[in-house]
Amino acid sequence: MQAFEYARPTTAEAAVALLGSQWGDSEVLAGGTDLVSLMKDYVVSPKRLVSLKDIKSLGGIEYKPKSGLRLGATVTFQELLDSPEIARNYPALVQAAQGVTSPQIRSRGTVGGDLCQRPRCWYFRLGYGLLAQSDGKPLVPDGDNRYHAILGNEGPAYFVNPSSLAPILIALGAKVRVQGQQGVREVSLHNFFITPKSAEEREYALQPNEMLTDILVPPPEGIHMALYEVRQKEALDWPLAAAAVAFKLSGGKVDDPRVVLGHVAPVPWPSLEAEHALEGNTVGEASADEAGKAAVSRATPLSKNAYKVKLAHVAVKRAILAAAKGGANA
Amino acid sequence: MKDKRGTSRKGGGNRNALSRRDFLRAGATVSGGLLAGESRAISAPAAPETQVLGPDEVPVTLRINGTENNVHMEPRVTLLDALRNHLDITGAKRVCDRGTCGACTVMIDGNPTYSCSVLAIEAQGHEITTIESLSDGTRFDPVIHAFVANDAQQCGFCTPGFVMACRAFLNKHPHPTLDQVKKGLSGNLCRCGTYHGVEHAVLEAAGMGHAGVMAPPGAPDRKS
Repeated sequence: MQAFEYARPTTAEAAVALLGSQWGDSEVLAGGTDLVSLMKDYVVSPKRLVSLKDIKSLGGIEYKPKSGLRLGATVTFQELLDSPEIARNYPALVQAAQGVTSPQIRSRGTVGGDLCQRPRCWYFRLGYGLLAQSDGKPLVPDGDNRYHAILGNEGPAYFVNPSSLAPILIALGAKVRVQGQQGVREVSLHNFFITPKSAEEREYALQPNEMLTDILVPPPEGIHMALYEVRQKEALDWPLAAAAVAFKLSGGKVDDPRVVLGHVAPVPWPSLEAEHALEGNTVGEASADEAGKAAVSRATPLSKNAYKVKLAHVAVKRAILAAAKGGANA
Repeated sequence: MKDKRGTSRKGGGNRNALSRRDFLRAGATVSGGLLAGESRAISAPAAPETQVLGPDEVPVTLRINGTENNVHMEPRVTLLDALRNHLDITGAKRVCDRGTCGACTVMIDGNPTYSCSVLAIEAQGHEITTIESLSDGTRFDPVIHAFVANDAQQCGFCTPGFVMACRAFLNKHPHPTLDQVKKGLSGNLCRCGTYHGVEHAVLEAAGMGHAGVMAPPGAPDRKS
């Protein structure tokens, strides 16, 4: 790990004032569960780390039936799981957090860190850059792409977004608050994630001297929700595919469905096809399967990851069935 | 004598510092771009007077097993390396060093934590508990007894981390089910595959009395 300067400001404004204006100058340190490893491997070598540890305003979980949920960026996974209000009102958020199986990660890892986590692509982690290129040639299409994208993978980005929480948060219509040099802005979480076109970009819509401060989730009234993850191992691994769904039922028919896939594209992938297939239908094996099929209808698997198409299809189907079974929030 | 083991030879000195001059220059460039047409120079909205430490050695105070330790180290030193290389507290093991295997597990404020993934400087002001606290030389924590009695180790290298993860888990779940044990220990790996023994050790330790209290000498009855 390269040596670096370390600062521990007490306000979000002071924190962004300490951040450099170029990627590479500085990094924001929250739980550090991934950043410290990336630094040890020289994948990132910031000149300065800005620790969020002493910024009280970045913590806290608040729920109000009228306005919904606010999660501070440095809320840990364990704090999220220990919240009775989240368990009662956002069961799918609990399912998503439970997917992070290691207690050691849960006690340290933060919700903001989960959204800003760098891709797990092994080429990126081995130093080939965000777009996994060697001498300007992409390594993924002809390489070991078994865990790479099956949607949104026309290049030059082939990695999958690794966030555990993003799919369900997007399905629930969450926004994030961003502290910048000039003040605070809000952006829908859907628009927070971007597919980079160059290795110098990042995969989220932050300037180098901005940071995420809060996650805002609308009230869950009347919403059926579920998350379904398909994994190779029970623990200590990222899912191969995940599906988050949220919808209302009016007269037994699906109303305003949201279907967001995880771990299949460089961004959490809202599936308009699946939503269209589901809208106005009753929920059953057949309609859920149709929606799953629609979700992957435009998939373009790479040489070694066609298996993920079926996994994503099934994840959508099972998430829909689970959401309908789970009942709506009063 | 300062012990520099565990810190990389690369870097060092001030080479990787974000100098005030670099920072202002870079800031001016971008704000010039973003605020084209506005005459305002970069004006940080709030207190830029936050103290910036390092990259050279800084004083760090770590409270470990109830004792304050004052050491000097670079901000890049992890808690694991601080324990092992600066303080000679070697119970926590360095295996993957990437926050995956769990051999470096300690407790911070009672929470199980990968000490390889926490900077020592970030652990200041918190209560750090290592496996050394589970024995006074003659008496041992029930988890340790239960590990021996249930053959919960083979090569033993993952054991200190597993024992700490078990202790942290039992402190929170004094009467766990087997399913809870499996989920509660999912942050530790054993290449020898002693998971079955570990699961039984945790269930046995749970029945051995109050969490955190050391058993008197000779208390555990070996099963075989």
